[in-house]
Amino acid sequence: MDSMMENIYLGIPLASLFGAIIAGFFGAQIGRKGAHGVTILGVGISFILSLVALNHHVFNGAAAYNDSVYIWMVSDNIRFEVGFLIDNLTVMMMSVVTGVSLMVHIYTIGYMADDLHNWPKESLAGTNSYQRFFSYISLFTFSMLMLVMSNNFLQLFFGWEAVGLVSYLLIGFWSVRPTAVYANLKAFLVNRVGDFGFILGIAAVVMYTGSLDYYDVFAKAEVLSSQTMSIFSGTEWSVISVICILLFVGAMGKSAQIPLHVWLPDSMEGPTPISALIHAATMVTAGIFMVARMSPMYEWSDAALSLIVVIGALTAFLMGLIGIVQNDIKRVVAYSTLSQLGYMTVALGVSAYSAAVFHLMTHAFFKALLFLAAGSVIIAMHHEQDMRKMGGLKKYLPITYWTSLVGSLALIGFPGFSGFFSKDAIIEAVHHSTIPGHEFAYMAVLSGVFITAFYSFRMFFLVFHGEERMDKHTREHLHEPGWVVKGPLIALAIPSVFIGGFTIGDMLFGDYFGSAVYIADNHTGLAEVGKHFHGAWAFVEHSFAGPAIYLAALGVFSAWFIYMKQPEIADNMKNRFSIIYKLLDNKYYFDDFNSAVFGAGSRNLGDRLWKVGDMMFIDGLLVNGSARLVGWFAGVTRRLQTGMLYHYAFAMIIGVLMLFAIGLVI
Amino acid sequence: MTITDFLFFAFAGVVIASALGVVTSRNPVHSALFLVLTFFSCSAIWLMLEAEFLAITLVLVYVGAVMVLFLFVVMMLDINVAKMREGFVSYLPVGIVFALLMLAVMVYVVGPVGPDVMGTAALDNAVRQAADYSNTEALGEVLYTEYVLAFEIAAVILLVAIVAAITLTLRRRPTTKYQTPGKQIKVKRDDRLKIIKSDAEVLK
Amino acid sequence: MIGLTSYLTLGAILFAISVAGIFLNRKNIVVLLMCIELMLLAANINFVAFSHYLNDLSGQVFVFFILTVAAAEAAIGLAILVTLFRSRQTIDVEDLDTLKG
Repeated sequence: MDSMMENIYLGIPLASLFGAIIAGFFGAQIGRKGAHGVTILGVGISFILSLVALNHHVFNGAAAYNDSVYIWMVSDNIRFEVGFLIDNLTVMMMSVVTGVSLMVHIYTIGYMADDLHNWPKESLAGTNSYQRFFSYISLFTFSMLMLVMSNNFLQLFFGWEAVGLVSYLLIGFWSVRPTAVYANLKAFLVNRVGDFGFILGIAAVVMYTGSLDYYDVFAKAEVLSSQTMSIFSGTEWSVISVICILLFVGAMGKSAQIPLHVWLPDSMEGPTPISALIHAATMVTAGIFMVARMSPMYEWSDAALSLIVVIGALTAFLMGLIGIVQNDIKRVVAYSTLSQLGYMTVALGVSAYSAAVFHLMTHAFFKALLFLAAGSVIIAMHHEQDMRKMGGLKKYLPITYWTSLVGSLALIGFPGFSGFFSKDAIIEAVHHSTIPGHEFAYMAVLSGVFITAFYSFRMFFLVFHGEERMDKHTREHLHEPGWVVKGPLIALAIPSVFIGGFTIGDMLFGDYFGSAVYIADNHTGLAEVGKHFHGAWAFVEHSFAGPAIYLAALGVFSAWFIYMKQPEIADNMKNRFSIIYKLLDNKYYFDDFNSAVFGAGSRNLGDRLWKVGDMMFIDGLLVNGSARLVGWFAGVTRRLQTGMLYHYAFAMIIGVLMLFAIGLVI
Repeated sequence: MTITDFLFFAFAGVVIASALGVVTSRNPVHSALFLVLTFFSCSAIWLMLEAEFLAITLVLVYVGAVMVLFLFVVMMLDINVAKMREGFVSYLPVGIVFALLMLAVMVYVVGPVGPDVMGTAALDNAVRQAADYSNTEALGEVLYTEYVLAFEIAAVILLVAIVAAITLTLRRRPTTKYQTPGKQIKVKRDDRLKIIKSDAEVLK
Repeated sequence: MIGLTSYLTLGAILFAISVAGIFLNRKNIVVLLMCIELMLLAANINFVAFSHYLNDLSGQVFVFFILTVAAAEAAIGLAILVTLFRSRQTIDVEDLDTLKG
């Protein structure tokens, strides 16, 4: 039984990898059908095997599997290995990742069908771009699986970097567009900043525990919590806090928390399927997953948890505000993702790890759904993305309309939908927690509910209702895309509705995560909520007593009122609060700050090092200067060679005199 | 003051005076002759130091050969005497300064420091040889046994000097005939012989 | 009264005079060569004096060789002088500066 499960575990990432390799290297030979066939087969096998593993662990209650698959090397008693840790947390992530990936693969058949129009004729990258895309998204699936299945920090880092790399490749997929190239560079560079902190954290882990294996490190977490290290002389830092904060810096980069969030809106330059897969459902959740996995360590550091809470709250609130003023349909969903990631981060900070991961799961479904629906709209509108040119699409794209509605309702937390359960669980957990910063976080997440509802339905009304603002030519060609697009939309809409209610009891308040998540006794936020939990329906009823539902309703009503009834209000408010509008439109000037300080600063530093350091100092002073010095010295000593005999005689006599003197002294 | 002291002072005075004459004479011939006088007086001093052979050698070799050579050269070169004296006075201070400096150092070593550091005080009473002491014989005994290598090398040096002097100054007369074996060996048949084909002629 | 010191002083004075001579006689190479002979003579006086007072013949042997070498050197020096004069028609030391750097 065990060896069969081992083979299944091995098969899960390898099936996707196999698909990626075939489509990548032999794309030209196997053609488009072959490429999408082999990759869908690969990811499909991964999905089915993940469900088998899910069944094995969750429904048959198997123990966590922790073993090493391949030992790369052992150096100085540190084992560098490839290994799997499969427990309830892992199988949940695996199922989500492979499931959403499979939906995206199928969807891409429709989305990338006429991709050749996007490339100039002589472009090399444009040949077989279809197969290349499929290879990349399968490769991404493989990387993400390696990340979530790993049992040691090294493999985690491998998966971390690999998903970052594939994200870079996919954001800049249309490499002939300058904006795409800027975007993928930005994503990679900002991720790099996060990875810098991440690797420092891993180094600290190795330094203080001497091991990379999760269970070894977790066992030593309590010991570490009482140790201190001094980074700057004179100041003592708690080791576990330093490690946790550094690892969280990596999560900030990957999960786009303030201030490392700037890459995610620009990543919308990539094709919509990858926005759905990577920047909604899976890669950006890697940071959340990592913190949840490391919960045995984070529980020992209140400082790190407070930091997480504050940053998550800031992200949730501020990013939502930007979503209100966006006109590009994909950007609205992107900022929504940023805001929801903030929610998940806040949940992590109040030690409600299961709530965070639960929201991760529900969010994966409805956010991927919203992205794919946006993609469907974009296809129908012939790649027009500006919402001001849409409107009244309900009668042209019915299935897209209804699935979008489902997704939006899930997002705002409409009672009964999956998003409701996860969001409200988080809000309640924050309310009952005791960690420093939780009051601020509570204000932020509550306001976020209103803001989320407002921008979601602003987008919904602008796109699907109201007067039709598109030009005549586009209107004539409006039709719903085929079943390869509609199928995944429906397939994702179903869990968006139902998965919340069915699983909340077990996942949050039951023993679902078991030993995977460790919560310290003094962090009681989620436990308090659990005390009041009497089942899903009771949860729904209970919510009517709290402010969240009313805020959401107010948000929907405001959006309807402003954008459907009185559009002038929107313009009036834009003029009266022009300063705030400008602040939001420029994304709080984060981008300008980065390019002025870090970008220009680096360029200036490079310039200085080149002109002064290299040209003036090394070339001028050291290299040429030493040559000039030698030349000058030679010029001076040359005057000794007068050619006059008596000068030489003179020199000899002086020399003799000096020898006399020296001989006398010594 | 014994007679030897008096003689020493007399001869030493001559040496110094003629040395000064060498240096300050206008005419190089005069300088050479002054040098000859210096050598003679010095030879007398060496006789007082019981180095007879060397004293005679100094006169025979140095005065008789080297100074004669000097005089030959001086007279052979057609020197513009008037031009010789220019600039003498301007260099005088420098020259005197350095000379005095050197003298001071050397006398300091010999004089005030000498008896203690160099142990010269103990040496003031020299051993005088017997009346039938032959300096030449004594030198000969040592020269051909202990110092024979140096002797042979000195001979080689003299040979080299001869060859060098000749090589440097040799002028070839254009009309002299001589052989150059190196060139003789390098000759080839074609340099000397040229074969011309011609038709046979019948003599009438 | 007359001891080793006196002879050494005499040698010193002779040496100093010849040094002065080198400085002063810039115009005449022949006198320069003569001053060199004077220097050698001064050294010889020292050697002979020491040989006498230390009762060691090696001083005189050394003088013997100094005389040899001095003679050889004088010969070669004069030969060079002659060649120089033939090509430059002057024995003025100040005119011989073709090695100027």
